[in-house]
Amino acid sequence: MDKNKKINLVIDSKQIETDEGKNILEVAKENGIPIPTLCYHSDLKNKASCRMCIVEIKGKRGFFTSCSTKAEDGMEIITISPDLLRARRTNLELLFAQHREECNDCVTSHNCHLLKMAKEMQVKIGGLPDRKTGYPVYEFGPSLIFDSSKCIDCGNCTEMCRKQGINFLEKRQKDTFYQVKPKLEENRDCIYCGQCLVHCPVGAFEAVGEFEQVEEPLKDKNKKVIFQFAPAIRTSIGEEFGLEPGKNMFGQLVAGIRKLGVDKVFDTSVAADITTIEEANELIERIKNKGVMPMFTSCCPAWVKYLEFYNPAYLSHLTTVRSPQIILGGLIKTYFAEKEGIDPKDIIVVSVMPCVAKKYEISREEMKIDGMRPVDYVLTTRELARLFYNHKIDFKNLKPEQPDDPLGIATGAGVIYGASGGVMESALRTAYYKITGKELENIEFESVRGMEGIKKAEVEIDGQKVKVAAVNGIANAQKILRELQLDSTAYDYVEVMACPGGCIGGGGQPVPTDKEIRQARAAGLYKIDKEKKIRLAHQSEIVKSIYKDFLGEKENVHKLCHTKYFPKKREVEIKE
Amino acid sequence: MDKKEDMIAKIKEAGLTGRGGAGFPTGVKWEMVKSQKADKKYIICNGSEGEPGVFKDKYLLEKYPEVVVEGIKIALETVDHSLAYIYLNKEYYKQFSKKLEKLCDGLPIVIFEKKWGYLGGEETAVCEVIEGKRPIVRKKPPFPGESGLWGFPTLVNNVETFYHVGRIKEGNFKNTKFFCVSGDVKKECVWEFPAEYTIRQVLEETGNFPEFDFFVQAGGGASGEILLPSELDQEICGASSIIIFNKEKTDPYELMRKWAEFFLEENCDKCVPCREGVYRISEMVKTEKLDREFLNELFFVLENTSFCSLGRGVAVPFRSLINKVL
Repeated sequence: MDKNKKINLVIDSKQIETDEGKNILEVAKENGIPIPTLCYHSDLKNKASCRMCIVEIKGKRGFFTSCSTKAEDGMEIITISPDLLRARRTNLELLFAQHREECNDCVTSHNCHLLKMAKEMQVKIGGLPDRKTGYPVYEFGPSLIFDSSKCIDCGNCTEMCRKQGINFLEKRQKDTFYQVKPKLEENRDCIYCGQCLVHCPVGAFEAVGEFEQVEEPLKDKNKKVIFQFAPAIRTSIGEEFGLEPGKNMFGQLVAGIRKLGVDKVFDTSVAADITTIEEANELIERIKNKGVMPMFTSCCPAWVKYLEFYNPAYLSHLTTVRSPQIILGGLIKTYFAEKEGIDPKDIIVVSVMPCVAKKYEISREEMKIDGMRPVDYVLTTRELARLFYNHKIDFKNLKPEQPDDPLGIATGAGVIYGASGGVMESALRTAYYKITGKELENIEFESVRGMEGIKKAEVEIDGQKVKVAAVNGIANAQKILRELQLDSTAYDYVEVMACPGGCIGGGGQPVPTDKEIRQARAAGLYKIDKEKKIRLAHQSEIVKSIYKDFLGEKENVHKLCHTKYFPKKREVEIKE
Repeated sequence: MDKKEDMIAKIKEAGLTGRGGAGFPTGVKWEMVKSQKADKKYIICNGSEGEPGVFKDKYLLEKYPEVVVEGIKIALETVDHSLAYIYLNKEYYKQFSKKLEKLCDGLPIVIFEKKWGYLGGEETAVCEVIEGKRPIVRKKPPFPGESGLWGFPTLVNNVETFYHVGRIKEGNFKNTKFFCVSGDVKKECVWEFPAEYTIRQVLEETGNFPEFDFFVQAGGGASGEILLPSELDQEICGASSIIIFNKEKTDPYELMRKWAEFFLEENCDKCVPCREGVYRISEMVKTEKLDREFLNELFFVLENTSFCSLGRGVAVPFRSLINKVL
């Protein structure tokens, strides 16, 4: 198909010129003509199963699903007519009748397509008894809940799970219906990435505790509650309040969290700067001492779980450096507690993360410091937004504030952690300095940025070529692992993020999430980096003083900043 | 012109149409597959016959398997670098696979056992099943003739169609069709008649025209239309099966429950109108409380928005029975 070939068509009497090869739904969307749809997602194949996006084409008999029909030159398309409306209304009524509503506790409540359509088409909700009442609710570790009584069988989750290379969810026949179910085989397990959740159009998936337990961390009035928030949420949380994706809400986030009545607000990006320094050190050491290569990043807990369960032979490749939220939690309960003279047992650390696997990460025994969990609660971006709503905080209009000392101000390097390639870029900036003693002239590694699933680059440091790959999506990581089986020297350093685009596309982020939205969120982070005065982790004054006062001691740095990994058996238990 | 060209011309000349129910001109289908440029092509003889009241492929596999295999052989010769499958439902596989294997000895033909029900018989679902997946109908276009089994051009024809191709080769083709007559009859049977025979002709000539008050379901025991004695002067639409019902002895709700069960079991659950619409119909016929207005809406979305022909055909038996008999 000639990509540059233009075609002309008419949609609802609007003359449109567009490129050949798109489907009718895409063309309509680009031209601001709304066509209702549920199962369509730009990340996934067209399944054409919800039958809502039907249109009429002049001169052709019947209805056509616009998601699966190619736009052709000369077509005259009608997206609204009495017959179309009649069909959509009945199909929507049928969809509602299989989906058990629980609107007050739903991840899509601010942006529910079903409800929006029901309003627009005046479809009665609850006219028919719900077909799926009594269908099972599954819990996947401490991360995800799948309520199959809300599922509309579109198959987005099973496709996404397959696309991730995990294949944990499948459609299985029970009675006369095919139902989405987790696999039962012992050699399959969920890695908690949450991509099922952000691709579900009807909120059948949610994080564990979402939203029933959001107030939990604030309950104990005798404790000091300290919040930290991940790099990736500052450019996405605005979406929960109707703002465009990518808008930097850093100052409002701090102000909003403070309004919840918490004692301190810190920025996880500060600990990302520490992760960067430790990871750069480890990389240099591995290269120098001919350690296990390539080195893999480990700040994505879903990727760690993937290796532990599916590919434990590669565990020694993972950097031993802890993820930023765990390092910051540890610092709060040791360094900060000591400094402020607080008993760490009286501190509750809450992380706001773009991720549901982070709920799993904090439950790992080996993360404990002196018997304490570094982080007590993880809330998703969505859950924090819900807290703001609950507390009637007018988030959009808050006056920006700065986070608290001493763990509040991060470098640009710590912020770009939220986008795929960001961890690697940060570490390379610092590794270059550590090896050469000089600063990079151009610190922007364009080749590891962007939404491509696998980004490869060769970086020359002090005459030595370092081969790197930044990967997002587990299926892409599987490709790299296969490549390494054939040539173990193919790479020196590999960053893996389980979610498309990295944490900005994480399972804890606002719904919907798609490529365009991920791009905007990532661009927001790179913009913040660009505007920062200090963009290199090792130049951070805060980090320097933490090393001077505390992490300079070998025992402390080991205890707070490093960890171990273990082969794992299946964790998700299913009661059928 | 070589021999291969000849056969397609002969099929066209004979006016053979597909005998799986859709009635597509066979010669055109063959030409489409032949004209595709591909390293590999497939031929599938579809013997998945799964609708109640349809058993003519079984009859042909029992009586004339050598003619069916001859038809497949001709297809193999006509379509360049092709391989063939004979796709049989479980029962037929058990009954006929040994005999067919003998007849296919030395030919690139695989006898394939279908592990699924009725829908596994739709031509794109056949491709899915042979590929090892569950029978979900594919979006068309592309048609199997362009991109079928594993993405290669694939000729899918019914057992009876291949039988007639074999007869064309022999010079014995008389444009006949095999009709299945069952229900309230003395003996279920398959009869061969001229393709254009009306339902009345078939019933009369087989001595099956009832003396009692009756209605028939023509075109398959689930998706076929209900016709009254006054409507029998027409050819059958769909599968050539006629089921006779004694009006007095037939409980229409029982009949509808059977259909609903069949569709509920056999549909693929992919698209909303078919998955949910059939379920709602089945609930209504279970309780014998028909909401006519809602039923009409269900029929409308089934016929107009279903993904495949199974869903589009669900309304026909219910509506015709409700309107004519109830």
